Amino acid sequence: MRISPRTTKSVKTIIRKGISLSAVAIAGSLGLAVMASPTMAEEEKTVKVGFVTFLSGGAAGPFGVPARNAAELMIQSINAGAVPAPYNSAGFAGAKIDPIFVDENSKQKVADYQKLVQKDEVDMIVGYISSGSCKAIAPAAEEAKKLTILFDCGTPQIFEEIVTDPKYTFRTGGHATMDNVAAARYLEASGVKSDSIAGINQNYAWGQDSWRDFSASMKVIEEGTEIATEQFPKIYSGQYGSEISALLTKKPDVVHSSFWGGDMEAFILQGAARGIFDRSKVVLTTGETAMHRLGAQMPDGTIIGARGPHGDLAPDSELNDWFRKAYFDRFGTLPTYPSYKMAQAILGMKAAADKAGSADQEAVIGALKGLEWEGPSGMVSMALSNGHQAIQDTAYGTYKYDKDSGKAMLVDIKRFNATCVNPPAGVTSIEWIEGGFQGANCN
Amino acid sequence: MTRSLDRTEISLMAGLPVLIALGFVLPEWIVNYIQVSLGTGLVALGVMIQMRAGLVSFGQGLYFCIGGYAAGLAGKFAGISDIFLLLALGIVASVAVSFVLGFLLRRYREIFYAMLSLAVSMILFGLLSSIEELGSTDGFNLPAATYFGWAPQDETAKYALYIATCIPTILCAFLLNRYLRSPTGFIGEAIRENELRVEYLGTSAHRAVHIKYVLAATVSGIGGVLWALALGHVDPEMTNWTTSGQFVFIAILSGTGNIVAPLFGTFILEIVRVYAVEVSPNTWQMILGIVMLLTIIFLPKGLWSLIRKSTTVNTQRQKTSEVRPGGE
Repeated sequence: MRISPRTTKSVKTIIRKGISLSAVAIAGSLGLAVMASPTMAEEEKTVKVGFVTFLSGGAAGPFGVPARNAAELMIQSINAGAVPAPYNSAGFAGAKIDPIFVDENSKQKVADYQKLVQKDEVDMIVGYISSGSCKAIAPAAEEAKKLTILFDCGTPQIFEEIVTDPKYTFRTGGHATMDNVAAARYLEASGVKSDSIAGINQNYAWGQDSWRDFSASMKVIEEGTEIATEQFPKIYSGQYGSEISALLTKKPDVVHSSFWGGDMEAFILQGAARGIFDRSKVVLTTGETAMHRLGAQMPDGTIIGARGPHGDLAPDSELNDWFRKAYFDRFGTLPTYPSYKMAQAILGMKAAADKAGSADQEAVIGALKGLEWEGPSGMVSMALSNGHQAIQDTAYGTYKYDKDSGKAMLVDIKRFNATCVNPPAGVTSIEWIEGGFQGANCN
Repeated sequence: MTRSLDRTEISLMAGLPVLIALGFVLPEWIVNYIQVSLGTGLVALGVMIQMRAGLVSFGQGLYFCIGGYAAGLAGKFAGISDIFLLLALGIVASVAVSFVLGFLLRRYREIFYAMLSLAVSMILFGLLSSIEELGSTDGFNLPAATYFGWAPQDETAKYALYIATCIPTILCAFLLNRYLRSPTGFIGEAIRENELRVEYLGTSAHRAVHIKYVLAATVSGIGGVLWALALGHVDPEMTNWTTSGQFVFIAILSGTGNIVAPLFGTFILEIVRVYAVEVSPNTWQMILGIVMLLTIIFLPKGLWSLIRKSTTVNTQRQKTSEVRPGGE
């Protein structure tokens, strides 16, 4: 017979239970304290904004955290009225921004969203990097009737298929089609030989969509282009030996990759060592996020994009100079495109609130619809999907590392009109590309 | 064993109206978390009943995902939005897959069972991630649920779905409790203790494990359908190992002592997570980790041991000695 350990240890257990119960109680009271704080004394007008980005997980480092940093910087600067004109008034139409940050890395995204709306009573929500999140959130936002600004996610489906008649959902960043159409146009404009193209993209929605748009664009732009090979390794695999071998043996003229974060850096390091960058022209659609970190390790001549005219591709302007300097002073690194896109979203809200003269949801929605405003990376225009989807110019450049100054830079920067790389209203992206870019204005 | 209702079943029956009433009383955001916790809690329940037999499934997300995708695909391609039909489809899909896979898995124990179940779930993950038509890793959205042709709107729709989530969940818990008290259910525990002896006593351990596996898959599939309808979206993340790992964790933290434990534990952990994110959005995992660590150190039998009173422990012990007279 075994004697239950419970009988002999019952006293101990009671003590243990007591300790754990008090731990729970402390945790509970902490929670209550936090709950109570926002209700205290609200003398000046504030506008409560929920910010949802990746604060943990694989996408936090390259995207989520730079976006959060930009949000912190912009909130502080806007509340202090320290942003250059025309944004030099304090707050959203006078109302100070009171932010709540939430981690997008959660399985219960919609429940988290509803908690922000109902419990935290935010006035508006900015966020969502993953296209999967955006797909789930867009209908929830319409249902909750809460102004929601998607600042980064790339899938064109949001307003083409999921919420075709948006009222509360906006997207202030261009969708992913633009990146890949512009990459193809850059190759054409630079006179790069592209009889055969190859792709190495992660085997998930983003990689598949990017390659589909790029290869379709190339087929239209360069007649007779052949696809040498398409590689779809798993996301976060980190080792691309066999894929690089395949790319080397097929000898394509152009290699396209929408890799991001650690995967992209791994591919650059492994690919450069084996000469893939010498043999083929490599296009990295998100290369800008890594260029300052890699420095001399990134091979010269790589074609680099930033999902819009962000970062080093941003045109010179007072606002951009201010943004780069303020960001660098505060965080010790230069802002990458997720930071730009976040700043762009916040400035868009400010522009709308200032125009309407009020930070109330209905006023902001009314003003944001079809609005044009200047972000750190140039003009943004809410031109598509009944004024809910932004378009903006974009640019690509060629990487060059300056050994003397130790600085990474982009040369031969080519800019493309928004209307040149974005489908017109009412046409889905792939139809537009395969139909030969009807109505594109590339002057 | 006995035909009469045991305490758990009585409290489950009493709990159902309370649970439904809570839906009208509590703030909506908490109700949302209860609702999603019931969905994921059912999967944890599936993990828990396997744990009773000493089997740890690291791939229970497979059936969670199969349920969700069965409902999603029916909605996307066949335009079906009737919740009862979707639930039926989820059950059929889970049972069919688990019945076939059961022939393989029932032969393995311990780490091999864990790894094999994990492997199978990751095959589905890889498969779904490379199907562009189904949105790949982004997944796709589900239609709003209807009930025999009734399509409620706004607030009514929320309550309807909440009630429609509570009832199957409680029903599953009730039936699983019955199962665990039945001879087939007790064989599970016997297998954990001494499988060889079970075989010598004239019962097939393989068969008992197979039954358990299919039952676990069924509740997980139901959980998947309910969760997907609450979220309105499915993606392959449902069958990723991180999701499956979470279910195992919940089952361990809640304890395997009672059928209600995983449902309850899921909700508690969800609320702890929500407040952890609120207190510290950048390091919430640390708070969650500390809570989990404290639970394991101070409550080795899981959160349920806080609720279970010493009297129940006594009756339980008496019961077990009745069941296994003349033990070692």
